[in-house]
Amino acid sequence: MRQSKELAARSQEQILKTVEEIKSAIEAAVPGAGAEVVPNPGPAAQHSLRFAASSAIAVATFLRDDPELAFDFLSNVTGVDWPDKEIAEKVKVTRQVLKTVDGPDGKVEQAVEETVDETRKRIEPGCLEVVYHLYSVAKKHGPLVIRMRTGNRTDQVELPSLTPIWRAAELQEREVFDLYGIVFTGHPDLRRILMWDGFKDYPMRKDYVEPDDYEYEPTAHDHVLARAQGHRSREQGTGISDQDSSAG
Amino acid sequence: MTPTETKSERAAGWNRPPVVEPGGEGGLLEVAMGPHHPSTHGVFRMDVALDGERVIKLKPVFGYLHRNHEKIAEQASYLASMPYTDRLDYFCSLTNNWAYALAVEKLVGQEVPERAEYIRVILAELTRIQNHASTIGFLLQEMGASGTPLMYAFREREKILDLFEGLTGSRMMCNYMRFGGCRVDVSAAWLDATRKVVAGLPAFVNEFEALLTSNEILMARCQGVGVLPADLAVNAGISGPMLRASGVNYDIRKVDHYGIYDRFKFRVPLGDHGDIYDRYMVRVLEIRESIAILDQALRDIPAGPIMDVKAKIRGFRPKPGEAYGRIEAPKGELGFYLISDGSPNPYRYRVRPPSLINLTILEDMCLGQNVADVVLIFGSVDIVLGEVDR
Repeated sequence: MRQSKELAARSQEQILKTVEEIKSAIEAAVPGAGAEVVPNPGPAAQHSLRFAASSAIAVATFLRDDPELAFDFLSNVTGVDWPDKEIAEKVKVTRQVLKTVDGPDGKVEQAVEETVDETRKRIEPGCLEVVYHLYSVAKKHGPLVIRMRTGNRTDQVELPSLTPIWRAAELQEREVFDLYGIVFTGHPDLRRILMWDGFKDYPMRKDYVEPDDYEYEPTAHDHVLARAQGHRSREQGTGISDQDSSAG
Repeated sequence: MTPTETKSERAAGWNRPPVVEPGGEGGLLEVAMGPHHPSTHGVFRMDVALDGERVIKLKPVFGYLHRNHEKIAEQASYLASMPYTDRLDYFCSLTNNWAYALAVEKLVGQEVPERAEYIRVILAELTRIQNHASTIGFLLQEMGASGTPLMYAFREREKILDLFEGLTGSRMMCNYMRFGGCRVDVSAAWLDATRKVVAGLPAFVNEFEALLTSNEILMARCQGVGVLPADLAVNAGISGPMLRASGVNYDIRKVDHYGIYDRFKFRVPLGDHGDIYDRYMVRVLEIRESIAILDQALRDIPAGPIMDVKAKIRGFRPKPGEAYGRIEAPKGELGFYLISDGSPNPYRYRVRPPSLINLTILEDMCLGQNVADVVLIFGSVDIVLGEVDR
């Protein structure tokens, strides 16, 4: 048992080293790839490489065609939603405060510097991420995890499709488009795959609201009506009618 | 067919180039095969454009069984998704359990006791045997051999399902694996019953092969039909018996050595034409190799605990991180990708479904073939809609 743990620990170090080696190999082959190592803090230690969307095709071609790396097998493609996060952090703030101080001529108001703790809230903008797991059939190694991020979750959701490099991405990128709303430019046949064509909204997003009713004809049961009351304001805010996205 | 013709010569003749331009006077006929079609193994549709009998376009349509398994799992605790994985590929619930358990064990760095590893191997190989036998039975059913081969396969499958029921309480929805081991221990009586069933399996495979392997109709319908070249198979992420029938030596049991697969001696059967016949043959040979693994596992299974003592059951909250775990399921590479944010339920839960990804090249295999062969090509992919649509 102990031996296997040591072995596992050693192989984890090797994996990290390999990811960094791959990163430098990518940077040598594709200038300006903008690759960065995303460490995985968990025990699995499958560290990943994130790179800029603009260089994705060049990097993917290099990873597939390089004889040393030979990542010819794209196993898994998936999306991850990272919504806007409100982060509260404590900051030390120094400011001038007027205080009454004992002076030589009695009490005087004087500006004094004082340091206080203040909680500041800032919103970290969210994004959509796509994760690819690569293996090599020729060299029998892997996985190499690569990821890309969109600019935001609303209007900059385009990423280059890797289907021209690996056919394996064809149906899986369609699924990511269907459930997360990432638009893959260069995909040969980007349509909804699991949901129907008239469906609006993206069900795997964290802020997705389920429709009130899945029936073709809306039913007026009490629990359906109560749910409908509950998010009428959301419909007015977003313009997405939940009834539209139910069956039809 | 002349008697002197070799298999590859016939293969070359059968593999007609795709017809792109519609010929004849009638133009194209568009057929929606499915969603309610006896050959689609569930609710699945193929929109086929035909020129006479030949397929010139085929678009698969998915989603009739979609229930967003991944979203549901992200709203449940880690263990609560274990019984739901049974429903992905409902023929192989135990391998689904194992793939999920393996991914979570990677996520938390959990070890599994030796006896539990042996039990997992035994159950996974039994699952593989009954899956491959049923797949061949269904394939023959679609070829017109109505009933008989399928019943032969189901007779053996029933014996294996009885074993599953005796151990887990359920024939198909087993819900047996846990993070760090298994749910209940196997008894000596169960192991004896399993040895008895396994001892009877070679006779079944011999009988099955005597009926099928050199059957003229099977050879005529399968050889050279639905050819999948090796380079396309790798590029399209095809896995499992489909990939190996195209001649690519890639078995995750051999590559990853997950569990204790490095302790067993077994061979990886490979095809050389990548047609339906090779897929049939690879599955038959894999049944034989699985029987060899079972013999070794049932001989060597040690006594001991079946759950790791350090395994956490209540308040299971993995540290932030992510893991991708995969196994060689009967249908191909079944993987689970998990992201933890430290909460009791996964932040991201992804199933890598071999059934869906193996359908990527369905159109490529069907182009230029007769519409009657589409049914066979589709059957040789071996899919379950519960896993395709999730």
